[in-house]
Amino acid sequence: MNIENNLTKQSVLNYLNENKRMDNRKFLELRKIEIETGISKNAEGSARVKFGNTEVVAGVKMDVTTPYTDHEDEGTLITTLELLPIASEEFESGPPRIQAIELGRLVDRGVRESGFIDFEKLCIKKGEKVWGIFLDLYAINDDGNLLDTGVMAALAALLTSKIPKYDEKTEKVQFGEWTNKKLPLTKSIPITMTFYKIGDKMIIDPNKVEEISADGRLTLALSELDKRLVINSMQKGLEEAFTKQELSKIFAEAEKKHAEILKKLEKLE
Amino acid sequence: MTTATKTFKRNNGRKVDETREIRAEVGIIPNADGSALFAFGDTIAIATVHGPRTMHPQHKQDPKKGVLRCNYDMLSFSVTERKKPGPNRRSQEISKVTEWALAQAVDLDDFPATVVDVNIIILQANASTRCAGINAASLALAHAGVPMKELVASVSIGKIDKTLVADVDKEEEDNEEGDGATDIAMSFLCNSEKISHIQLDGKITAKELDEAIELGWKTCQKIKKIQEDTLKKVGEEK
Repeated sequence: MNIENNLTKQSVLNYLNENKRMDNRKFLELRKIEIETGISKNAEGSARVKFGNTEVVAGVKMDVTTPYTDHEDEGTLITTLELLPIASEEFESGPPRIQAIELGRLVDRGVRESGFIDFEKLCIKKGEKVWGIFLDLYAINDDGNLLDTGVMAALAALLTSKIPKYDEKTEKVQFGEWTNKKLPLTKSIPITMTFYKIGDKMIIDPNKVEEISADGRLTLALSELDKRLVINSMQKGLEEAFTKQELSKIFAEAEKKHAEILKKLEKLE
Repeated sequence: MTTATKTFKRNNGRKVDETREIRAEVGIIPNADGSALFAFGDTIAIATVHGPRTMHPQHKQDPKKGVLRCNYDMLSFSVTERKKPGPNRRSQEISKVTEWALAQAVDLDDFPATVVDVNIIILQANASTRCAGINAASLALAHAGVPMKELVASVSIGKIDKTLVADVDKEEEDNEEGDGATDIAMSFLCNSEKISHIQLDGKITAKELDEAIELGWKTCQKIKKIQEDTLKKVGEEK
C-alpha cells in the first residue's frame, strides 16, 4: 500500500471509529440504486445500474452453439467483465487483468450456481444445438463496489432479455429480430453482496476511497430455493483473515439484506 | 444539389441534408476530467478525457509537447451480431484516425511529457459510429478544459445510388440499388475550415465527391453549433 492509500485509510478509519462513514451512511446501508433497462437496442437485453456514482452497463447477446459434452441438453453461459478506461484513470485498455477476471468470474458463478437460468430450456437439439448466452459487463464509472453493481446490471439485463429468431431450416439465427419469448429464468434470483473489513469494522457497498482502504472482503450470492435462503457462491478476497464469529455475523446480515435488494429487481419482472 | 437528389427517397422521411436527431450531453461520467455523450439517432457514443498526465511508458513522451492518445471500441452488444470484447483491427484503425482527426484542434505545447487520453465507447450502433465518437471526443476535450484552438465536427455523407445524403444510417449503408451505397466519413476543424479526417468506401466521381464534401461541411457547421450550445450549458444548471 502506497503512502497516499495509507493516509486515505487513516481518514476512513477515523470516521469508522466514530461509527460514521464519510458520506453519512450507516455501516450496512446501500447507496441509492438506479436501474435503467433497454439501454442498447441491438442487445437481447441490456441495463445500466448505478450504486451512487458507480455505474455498470450489462448486455445479453445470444447465439446457437454446440453444448458442452458433459451437459449435452443445456444451454451455455459466457460472462465477461471489462474495466473500461473510461471508468477510472487506473484502468487501461488491453487484455483483462486479474481484477477484471476475478469480477467476471464472480458474476458468472453467482448467476450460474443459483440456477437462475433454466439451461435445459435453452436446448434446441440434445448434443448438437443449444442457445449460448453471452453476458457482457462494462464498468462505466468506478466509485467502489463494481461487483455488486455489476451483478445487479447482469440480472436486470437477463430479466429483460428476449430470445432472437432462429430459422430451423437454414439453422441460422436472425440477428436483430426477436421472438416474444423471454429467457427461461427461475425465481432463484442471485443477489450478490460484498462485505468489506476495514480495521475491525464491517461495511457494505463501499465507495472507492473505502474500497481501497479495505483489508479483507467477502462476497456472497444468495437466492431462494423452496422458500429457503441459500448461499450459492462465496469468495474471500484480500489478505486479511476473518474470525468464525465475523463470518457468522456476515451470513446473518446477508440474509437480512437479501430481501431489501431483491425488491429493487422484482419490479423489472 | 444535383438533379439526382430527387431520385432517392430516404426510408426515414429525412430530407437529404437532414441528420438524425442529435443528442449531446457533457459531464456524464464523474470520474473523468471531461466526458460527453453524442448520439445520431440510434448511434450512441460516449467519450472521456483523462489528463494531461505523465505519459507512461516514458519512451513515448514528447519533451516538447503533450501527446493526444485515442482509443475507440464498441461494446459487444452494441451491434446485432455480438462483437468479441476487446480491440480488433477495425477498432485500432478507427482509434488512430480519430487521433489524427483531433490532434490539430488541441494545443498541448504547454504540457511536455504528458498524455491526454481520449476513450470512446459505442453503446449502441446504427452506422456512423466513428463520427459520433469524434463528436463526443471533441466535446469531452472541451469539457475537460484541454486547451483547444477549435472544435472538431464529424459526419458521414452517403451517396445512395446517385443521391447524396447526410448522416448515413445502417439501412442506407446497406442499400444495394443502382450504384449502391458510398459512405464518406469526414471531420472538419471548424474554424480553420480544414478536413482533418476523411475515409471513403464505395464508388463516386470526383465531381460528386466535391459536392459530398460541401454537404459535409454544411452539416458539420450545424453539428458545431449543437456542440457549442451543449458546452455553454455547463455551469448554468441549478
